[in-house]
Amino acid sequence: MTNNTLLDALQVELGSKIITSEVLYDTLVIEISPSEAFDVVELLKNDAALSFNFLTLIGAVHYPEEKGRELCVVYHLHSWKNAIRLRIKSYLSQDNPSIKSLTPLFDGANWQERETFDFFGIQFEGHPNMTRILNMEEMDYHPMLKQYHLEDGTREDKDDRFFGR
Amino acid sequence: MMEQTDNLIKLSNGQVLSKETIDGDIATINFGPTHPATHGIFQNILTVDGEKILTSEQTVGYIHRAFEKLAERRPYNQITPITDRLNYCSSPINNLGWHMTVEKLLQVEVPKRVQYMRVIIMELARIADHLICDSIIGVDTGALTSFFYPFSEREKIYELYEEMCGARLTTNIGRIGGFDKDFTPVFHQKLKEFLKTFPKAFEEWNGMLERNRIFMDRTKGAGPISAERALAYGFTGPNLRAAGVDYDVRVMHPYSSYEDFDFTIPVGVNGDTYDRFMVRQEEIRQSLRIINQAYNNLPEGPFHADIPEFFLPEKKDVYNNMEALIYHFKIVMGESDVPVGEVYHSVEGGNGELGYFLISDGGRAPYRLQFRRPCFIYYQAYPEMISGANISDAVITLSSINVIAGELDA
Amino acid sequence: MGKIEDLEVINGEGYQLTTLDKAVALARSNSVWPLPFATSCCGIEFMATMGSTYDLSRFGMERMSFTPRQSDLLIVAGTISKKLAPVLQKVYEQMAEPKWVLSVGACASSGGIFDTYSVLQGIDRIIPVDVYVPGCPPRPEQIIDGVMNIHRLVKHEPMRRRYSEEYRHLLGNYEIEVTNADNDK
Repeated sequence: MTNNTLLDALQVELGSKIITSEVLYDTLVIEISPSEAFDVVELLKNDAALSFNFLTLIGAVHYPEEKGRELCVVYHLHSWKNAIRLRIKSYLSQDNPSIKSLTPLFDGANWQERETFDFFGIQFEGHPNMTRILNMEEMDYHPMLKQYHLEDGTREDKDDRFFGR
Repeated sequence: MMEQTDNLIKLSNGQVLSKETIDGDIATINFGPTHPATHGIFQNILTVDGEKILTSEQTVGYIHRAFEKLAERRPYNQITPITDRLNYCSSPINNLGWHMTVEKLLQVEVPKRVQYMRVIIMELARIADHLICDSIIGVDTGALTSFFYPFSEREKIYELYEEMCGARLTTNIGRIGGFDKDFTPVFHQKLKEFLKTFPKAFEEWNGMLERNRIFMDRTKGAGPISAERALAYGFTGPNLRAAGVDYDVRVMHPYSSYEDFDFTIPVGVNGDTYDRFMVRQEEIRQSLRIINQAYNNLPEGPFHADIPEFFLPEKKDVYNNMEALIYHFKIVMGESDVPVGEVYHSVEGGNGELGYFLISDGGRAPYRLQFRRPCFIYYQAYPEMISGANISDAVITLSSINVIAGELDA
Repeated sequence: MGKIEDLEVINGEGYQLTTLDKAVALARSNSVWPLPFATSCCGIEFMATMGSTYDLSRFGMERMSFTPRQSDLLIVAGTISKKLAPVLQKVYEQMAEPKWVLSVGACASSGGIFDTYSVLQGIDRIIPVDVYVPGCPPRPEQIIDGVMNIHRLVKHEPMRRRYSEEYRHLLGNYEIEVTNADNDK
């Protein structure tokens, strides 16, 4: 199965749910609206011909310039039957970033969604345990957002002048 | 953590047990974070009934070093030292996977010789990783000798790395586009020596554990996971292959000329600790097979691709040639032009599918770099693997799934 | 309470005259039992030091105690994050006097290449350190050099040092209470 045949099959299955689609480097990337992302992934997983049985990665990207579409949740799916990968993107606004969790479909989405919440502040509805996972619980901001610095501002042993910052 | 009413005990994972099924009192014990040095830092709070584990609650993140945020600061060739520290037992695989990702973004084709050299280095790293994991399984069942034998073999692999890049453990090996130097004569000699002496030493060590009555009794049936559950969790690598599913990134999406080599994928039956041990041992043998094939058929050619914007020119050119001087300056300062785009590339790491999701906006550092870390994804299944088992089984299950703390927390 | 420099050493049939300090220090320095607090890559190099090529057991240190109560030397190898810092301090407090700390690697000494929001920039922010071993990761020979420096410190330490006011003040800087038998004097 090539990317073009995959795109044709997806357009038959999903129709208008696909907002945009493009082939980047060797993977088909489609954009789905956040309210339909769960249904699309379920459809792709249960479809006998497409059979996207493996969830590779869940991540997020922060685009502070695009108003109304700041946070982008990226799902990487992999179909072993057809040896083809698919990337699904959903754009969320930063005011109320929430999207339905994929844990009913894939158990492996559990910690990946917690990590995405920890870094970006995206709420996953229906997740059994939406808490921070890698950072300390006391931390009150989401560090991967672009407005926060890499370094800890309170450290006193390193002088920023000497470190090129 | 749990509530007790007259005859029923409700645990935090929703299980409801009648008091008659429980032999004695329920105790809560702390398994970590300061483990015996070998495994890494993660905590499991276990509720146990005697020796049997009822529930387990995990805490990770004790070594979170913010790799993904750090990568947004550094130019592309300076990110390689960060990738070293992901799965530090087999750091060349991480380095070369990153270089392949950037080459995919730049749409650069590396010469055949570079691809074969990369295969040799990556398979050596895979052998090193599996040697550690299996020796630690032996140590946790009480066989401390099984730690010393493989470690002296690993020193030979370290010497090969040192010859190639100068460092033993966190190698930062290779460059974007190839390698900084060809295999030296000393490397050839040491590699031939290794290929001659290692198989015999390996079989001697393997013979201590493979059919050992005590080892088999301890490890068979410890921490099993079925293939369906493993797939639901997103397992990859030897842990998934021990459960019976033969998924290997090298076969499904071959990279760096893996399709030229003839090797089999070992697959287990039950997904328990003994199967994981045996799958890793067999993978070491298959890796040796691949190295032999690659080394015997090593093609001639340049040891790097022709990309002057990313590959440092030779020093004598830098002193004499204006263009080389400019390229050198741009590469070192990280001002090379990178196309805009996003790419996902994955390699078969020691623990499974190690993926790099790279988004570039044309600047000197990536806009977003996310690592698909196999350890992070399969460690979620640990409570399910040990529920109902003894504490001693929990210990060897933990060492057999090979959780490397650097890869878990990034 | 210093050393007695010009003490004549008399060797006789089956006896030798020396000071109690020297005898105790000799015994202590040749059987330091380490607690390997190994978190990341430096831990693998520490394991290689324990292996047979760079044998650590010729220094009497092969008995790795993972319980703080029975160890003398806390070897911190690897990055310590802010989440782990209270755990490390607790482990240090649980060790019995006399105790020494060896900080192996750049991350434990100063944060290393990880100048980020989540990494503690050096363990000497929270516990007193005796010897630092630089490197990323340090070669086993460097770790052994650090260990031998620890042995030199142990060999020349007076027995009353841990009870002194100066030591209590040093640990007070890290907000660690010194509790030992002479505390109420």
